[in-house]
Amino acid sequence: MTARDRVATAVLHVLLTAGLVVMVGPFIWMLASSFKTDAEIRRSPPTWWPEDPTLDNYSNLLGRLDFPAYFTNSVVVAVLTTVGNLMFCAAAGYALAKLRFAGSRLLFGVVLGTIMVPSIVTLVPLFVLVSNLGLVNSYAALVLPFLAQAFGVFLMRQFMLSIPEDLLEAARIDGAGEWRIFFRIVLPLCRPALATLGILTFLASWNNFLWPLVAATTEDRYTLPVALALYSVGQNRARYDLLLAGSVLVVVPVLIVFVLLQRHFVRGIATTGLK
Amino acid sequence: MSQVRRAVTGWGFALPFAALFAVFMAVPVLASLVMSFTDIRSTDLRDPLAVDFVGLDNYLRLFDDELFVRAATNTAVFVVLGVPLTMAGALLVALGLNAGVTRFRTVFRVGYYLPVVTSIVAIAVVWRFLLQPDTGLVNTMLGLVGIDGAKWLDDTRTALPTLVVMAAWRNLGFSMVIFLAGLQAIPQDLYEAARIDGAGRWAQFRYVTLPVLRPTLLFVAVVTTIGYVQFFEEPFVMTQGGPLDSTLSMAYHTYNQFGFGSYGYASAMSYVLFLVVVALSIAWFRLLRANT
Repeated sequence: MTARDRVATAVLHVLLTAGLVVMVGPFIWMLASSFKTDAEIRRSPPTWWPEDPTLDNYSNLLGRLDFPAYFTNSVVVAVLTTVGNLMFCAAAGYALAKLRFAGSRLLFGVVLGTIMVPSIVTLVPLFVLVSNLGLVNSYAALVLPFLAQAFGVFLMRQFMLSIPEDLLEAARIDGAGEWRIFFRIVLPLCRPALATLGILTFLASWNNFLWPLVAATTEDRYTLPVALALYSVGQNRARYDLLLAGSVLVVVPVLIVFVLLQRHFVRGIATTGLK
Repeated sequence: MSQVRRAVTGWGFALPFAALFAVFMAVPVLASLVMSFTDIRSTDLRDPLAVDFVGLDNYLRLFDDELFVRAATNTAVFVVLGVPLTMAGALLVALGLNAGVTRFRTVFRVGYYLPVVTSIVAIAVVWRFLLQPDTGLVNTMLGLVGIDGAKWLDDTRTALPTLVVMAAWRNLGFSMVIFLAGLQAIPQDLYEAARIDGAGRWAQFRYVTLPVLRPTLLFVAVVTTIGYVQFFEEPFVMTQGGPLDSTLSMAYHTYNQFGFGSYGYASAMSYVLFLVVVALSIAWFRLLRANT
């Protein structure tokens, strides 16, 4: 490494670190401010670190709004959506990748054809459907529309295509049925794809906003983002203390999952991009 | 295996997915199209016979709807400014990380990716505070270097550009990760050959990196465009479409019409949004496909 290279590398690190501060700074400010008193949050110029750290914002939040219920709703919806997607997309992905059957091309074509459909296109018919089924404001309404997603089937199918045919054929000759092959051979080999799909689905569900905003009509069915959004534009608009503590509760669980699993994550996203 | 047995086995695996997909995706997509040619309103749900076909009326009405024209213009500005800004920023960071960062690469990658995984609602709430004209962190920091910060979200001229920058900040990490994977897949001998031919850094970027990266660029451009055309949460939480409708987006306007109960009209609007997504994706394919 020449001296010039070393200077260039140093400059690069400084620039990228500056960028990193811009990316992460707002989260640190959010976390720090959630422990400030209301007066300190409103002070000008703003402070970075709480002068007098307090948990009041959190206890007020939990006392005033039913955050534990929203939290539970978010967890239930995200877990059910994730488990459902893993089951249905893996099974359908296997059928589309390894079992040629009448109608498989049509099914795959229809699935691919909807991958670009904006979520707002199905909003009105879904609401009409859910209303007619009498499901408005139920967990079923929040979960059912997201159980079978085009992206998930696509991801699983692409991954399963790389499983060698010989392996499956050998098992068939040994007398194994397709379900046995699926559970004993295919699923274990698909662990990386299942991990990626699971993480992405969980996050998408946790952060999902438009549909829960429409489908959850009373407070007891709000998910965290819906509750936070409606409180932030409603009468609590100026309650910075509550809103910041609420934001932390929405963001932190996801950040923990992300940082722990970031390896899977980044690898999965990079591969979906390249395929 | 016989044809029939194969079909039975295949559908055995695919049916649960296919049934859910048909009921909650395929049928609604078609239903939305049908509804867009009718005058269905929320009050018609109990009395479906009252619904009439009105042909293209809903679509023609869009041209006279000043709010829709406004929303379409705002959405166009958001996409035209936001997509290049996001992609350029992401590519710069990816090139930087790829060029000389080895030891702390994971730290940088995680940091830049952080906003992507967090709820847009929480992000919008936090940025609303950061952008407060008098007490916000952004204007305080600008004040330290002698710049008089704008009123960001409260000014019709700056509200939309502010949302564009915020969207770029939030989405940059996704594109960056994909660019980084694309960059790492470029064989080193290509650069070596270029250097032997006397190519400098810029020439290597222009004639090796960019052409090889084209499929990645196409993917990122399409995904980012599809996402930005639908922008909704940011104005919903940060500006409610204001001030004076300067941040009203097509998706937001559609949502409002749905809220007013104009189901047919909202469906027509959502289909226009869908057509825009398809048209822009085709445009990207034309522009970036491997034609040389």
